[in-house]
Amino acid sequence: MSGILNSSIGRKFAMALSALFLMVFLLQHFAINILSVFSPDTFNDASHFMGTFWAVQYLLQPVLIFGVIFHFLMGFVLELKNNKARRVSYAKSNGGANSSWMSRNMLLTGLVVLAFMVLHFIDFWIPEINIKYIQGDMSGLMDPNVAESGFRYYEELVHKFQNPLRVGAYVLSFVLLSLHLLHGFNSAFQSVGANNKYTKGLKGFSKVYAIGIPLGFVFIALFHHFNH
Amino acid sequence: MALDSKIPKGPLADKWTNHKNHINLVNPANKRLIDVIVVGTGLAGGSAAATLAELGYNVKAFCFQDSPRRAHSIAAQGGINAAKNYQGDGDSTYRLFYDTVKGGDYRSRESNVHRLAEVSTNIIDQCVAQGVPFARDYGGLLDNRSFGGVLVSRTFYAKGQTGQQLLLGAYSAMNRQIGRGKIKMHTRHEMLDVVIVDGKARGIIARNLVTGEIERHSAHAVVLGTGGYGNAFYLSTYAMGSNVTAAWKAHKRGAYFANPCYTQIHPTCIPVSGDHQSKLTLMSESLRNDGRIWVPKHKKDVEAIRDGSLKPTQLAEEDRDYYLERRYPAFGNLVPRDVASRAAKERCDAGYGVNKTGEAVYLDFASAFMRYGKEQAHVKGLNEDDDALVRKLGQEIVKNKYGNLFQMYEKIVDQNPYETPMMIYPAVHYTMGGIWVDYNLMTTVPGLYAIGEANFSDHGANRLGASALMQGLADGYFVLPYTIGDYLAHDIRTGPISTDSKEFDEAEKSATEIIDKLVNNNGTHSVDYFHKKLGKIMWNKCGMARNEKDLKEAITEITELRAEFWKDVKIPGEANEYNEELAKAGRVADFLELGELFAKDALVREESAGGHFRDEYQTPEGEAMRRKEFQFVSAWEFKGEPKDAVLHKEDLVYENIEVKERSYK
Amino acid sequence: MNLTLKIWRQKSAKDKGKIIDYAIGDVSPDMSFLEMLDVLNQDLIEKGEEPVAFDHDCREGICGSCSMFVNGQAHGPDSMVTVCQLHMRSFNDGDTIYIEPWRATAFPVIKDLIVDRSAFDRIQQAGGFISVNTSGNTQDANSIPIEKENADNAFDAATCIGCGACVASCKNSSAMLFVSAKVSQFALLPQGQVEATDRVMNMVKQMDDEGFGNCTNTGACEVECPKGISLENIARMNREYLSASFKG
Repeated sequence: MSGILNSSIGRKFAMALSALFLMVFLLQHFAINILSVFSPDTFNDASHFMGTFWAVQYLLQPVLIFGVIFHFLMGFVLELKNNKARRVSYAKSNGGANSSWMSRNMLLTGLVVLAFMVLHFIDFWIPEINIKYIQGDMSGLMDPNVAESGFRYYEELVHKFQNPLRVGAYVLSFVLLSLHLLHGFNSAFQSVGANNKYTKGLKGFSKVYAIGIPLGFVFIALFHHFNH
Repeated sequence: MALDSKIPKGPLADKWTNHKNHINLVNPANKRLIDVIVVGTGLAGGSAAATLAELGYNVKAFCFQDSPRRAHSIAAQGGINAAKNYQGDGDSTYRLFYDTVKGGDYRSRESNVHRLAEVSTNIIDQCVAQGVPFARDYGGLLDNRSFGGVLVSRTFYAKGQTGQQLLLGAYSAMNRQIGRGKIKMHTRHEMLDVVIVDGKARGIIARNLVTGEIERHSAHAVVLGTGGYGNAFYLSTYAMGSNVTAAWKAHKRGAYFANPCYTQIHPTCIPVSGDHQSKLTLMSESLRNDGRIWVPKHKKDVEAIRDGSLKPTQLAEEDRDYYLERRYPAFGNLVPRDVASRAAKERCDAGYGVNKTGEAVYLDFASAFMRYGKEQAHVKGLNEDDDALVRKLGQEIVKNKYGNLFQMYEKIVDQNPYETPMMIYPAVHYTMGGIWVDYNLMTTVPGLYAIGEANFSDHGANRLGASALMQGLADGYFVLPYTIGDYLAHDIRTGPISTDSKEFDEAEKSATEIIDKLVNNNGTHSVDYFHKKLGKIMWNKCGMARNEKDLKEAITEITELRAEFWKDVKIPGEANEYNEELAKAGRVADFLELGELFAKDALVREESAGGHFRDEYQTPEGEAMRRKEFQFVSAWEFKGEPKDAVLHKEDLVYENIEVKERSYK
Repeated sequence: MNLTLKIWRQKSAKDKGKIIDYAIGDVSPDMSFLEMLDVLNQDLIEKGEEPVAFDHDCREGICGSCSMFVNGQAHGPDSMVTVCQLHMRSFNDGDTIYIEPWRATAFPVIKDLIVDRSAFDRIQQAGGFISVNTSGNTQDANSIPIEKENADNAFDAATCIGCGACVASCKNSSAMLFVSAKVSQFALLPQGQVEATDRVMNMVKQMDDEGFGNCTNTGACEVECPKGISLENIARMNREYLSASFKG
């Protein structure tokens, strides 16, 4: 068991587990974000809970960070190894005849998503950490000294989506995330060994997820951009 | 030298058991001191190598392919016979023995065939234990199908890929021993000569096909599992690399060559499409279980079909000639291969061939679709009178049984065999003849063994379907590993055989000389040019029907062609590199000698038996006429040139079977 | 028809190779792809040049010798065939056809279009067998009934011909389909259970040691496999491997 990450299937398995975890996280993230469209108050409450509840902050957040870093690093390691497995490339290769563009370009789509995550961290996560853990303001209020000022999360969200460039970057990233998921979702199940009579149904569901969730994020961004 | 077949005394059914009980054994500690070379890794060679290694011998195995898994046994489609009687249809060891001797037209050795029938059941047990995925029924038990020339269902199969599954089983057994270090595997190596030291086979000369290096390998015994020589005909169902070189070189070193003229022409192959053709593709005989063979009854319909104005499916039932069912009502489409092939040739020679070249007959599944379809409709409670539905259901069943064959046919011919009947024509497929061996499978050279198709032993003048796989595995798994011990028991104190001897020097020199001559010949024609010419002579004059005049001409023509070959063949490239033309040239050179012996053997055999049909010897109905005075094995001794070969006869004695006219009517 | 062939020529493993152009005429649509190359080779020999070396043997799609990457696809454009069964009717007059060897670090080129696939043999030697001696004393073949579905699936996996098209097609040169076919065959049969743990661990280790890449589930192998070996086998191998790993 200890050496499992030294084997090809072990690495595949780890890649798939981290992917499955990230996909659950993405779903959760979406569920909260979509609240911002329907009910700013509920969104604020949920955000505050996530931002201050100890189990989320001290348990899930580190796991998430680790998951993200692991998934990316492992992706690079595998890509490097795979490149070594074919040193001389074909003069003519017709990959489109036997596989999807998405499946052959996970590194590319993954890198764009990575770039997006950097942006996302700069936009939200770093300021958040700064306010909460450096300035020590755990109140989540717009003005920590005025209890009636209300939660700041919704306002911050709306504010970020005013810049059309940023919204454009978000939209593009989510399109690529969708492509990443269109292959990645099923791929993760295949890697953990799930390929059976349910696979066909799973494939249908994966399309719904891979297109639906990113589309939902795009909708949220556009919604706030055009409504404020 | 007189031929001693070493058949054990005693009642037929006890011979093998008694023999095993009385031959010498080598104790496990001493087996470690003994090396055995196995050339060829097909069903026979592969299974022998694995079993010898399991027993404890040090095995050195050789194949010319890049992996033992690619030996041409892999292409066998239909199945493997075994007297298991799982179907409860009256099968028994005796019946399998009887059918095989009769199928071989009473030209095989009783004792060998009986042993084959006895061990046949072990093969199935063994293969299942190895994980060979034979076809099973819904109860989870093994399924059987029926093959030509028999009245029971005793053929075990794995769709149309039985040979592949059995070979991969043997290959896996070999892999286990290679992993343990008990087999040293030499791939891409071709055996060029056998080395005889003090009258015993003690090693081989082999060429590394990648580097061109000539290597010496020594052992206490040498086993040849190198297959048949049907590629002498150029076009055949053999693999492109299948060759006679190992067997022929053994023959030149003293091993008698038996019954070279016994060649099986398989009735159901895809017809030749043009001059560019490099090989022929078999459609398994199992198809004759469900397909019906026919040609049009009237010449006018033949013309119409050939020029495309009439489709075969449009021809009314009464205008079709199901000639096998007409001539052989008892066996119908399931007559033995030789009979089916000759009947096809007879119809085509009479002008009823259905393709442009006039060399094809139909194999039609239309009635099988309906028969299976009706059954399915009944089972599923659907309308049995809906022809389209029934046909579709029936096609599903046929697809399950022969899907890969139908797919293969469509890829090659570009016609859909579910819609229009297949076209088939006989092609060279197997050689019953081969190196003469005694009951222990040893050739006339002590310490040199021949197994599987490379020997002559079990099929007489005609092999029944699904018997080649049986014989290959029987020899390799269950016969040779016992009998070789009897010989090797005398070698426990011999110690390693040195390759540094004058015999090895001489054999290497002779191999090198041939290669040098070929590479430096600077002729004008490629190897294939000569091979094709040889093939034409063989097919036209030593093919499905032979006569004295043709055979004499064949001998002259082959002799001339051989001389021309050595004068005019052109080999590009060097000897010390990967050079396929050079390898091919060596093989064709040997075919050019074997071909002559083949014709000579056919000329001497003045009778018709099994695959050997002489125009001069036939019954008034055109059936093969066997002659009592030819009830012997022809074993040829090499004397410098094929034409000078000396005939030795091993009389065939039938004590347990009545020699009758072989009738399938 | 007339064709332009762009063929990889490489004198030996040590030499550098390159693509060379050849023009060929009078190609009949009924020819197999290899017969078309035979014609080219006869021309080359007549001209005193070295013929193109390629692996081939049975020419009926079962030995697995042939290994050509034709126009960017393993075994060419037709599906469910090896290149020996690919017929020229799949091409048109005037076509340019690229012919290259399998490309994988684990399959070094020997000459022209011939590669060394012995890595596959070594993987099989690591565990692709059931350890039963060929003594003839095994139990009766019908003593263990096997569910037809499992027997059929085991057969389907066992039809792998070991040609290497999966590795050649995979963008990562992964050998997972090949290895999983053998693992699956035995995993589906009761006879294979005894050694299941060691088998999958050893075969996967050997596969990794040979330098094949990692599977990223693109599915190219399944599409190009001339025998239609299913990706389900890879999933099954993953399960077998993971459960074997946790067992220790």
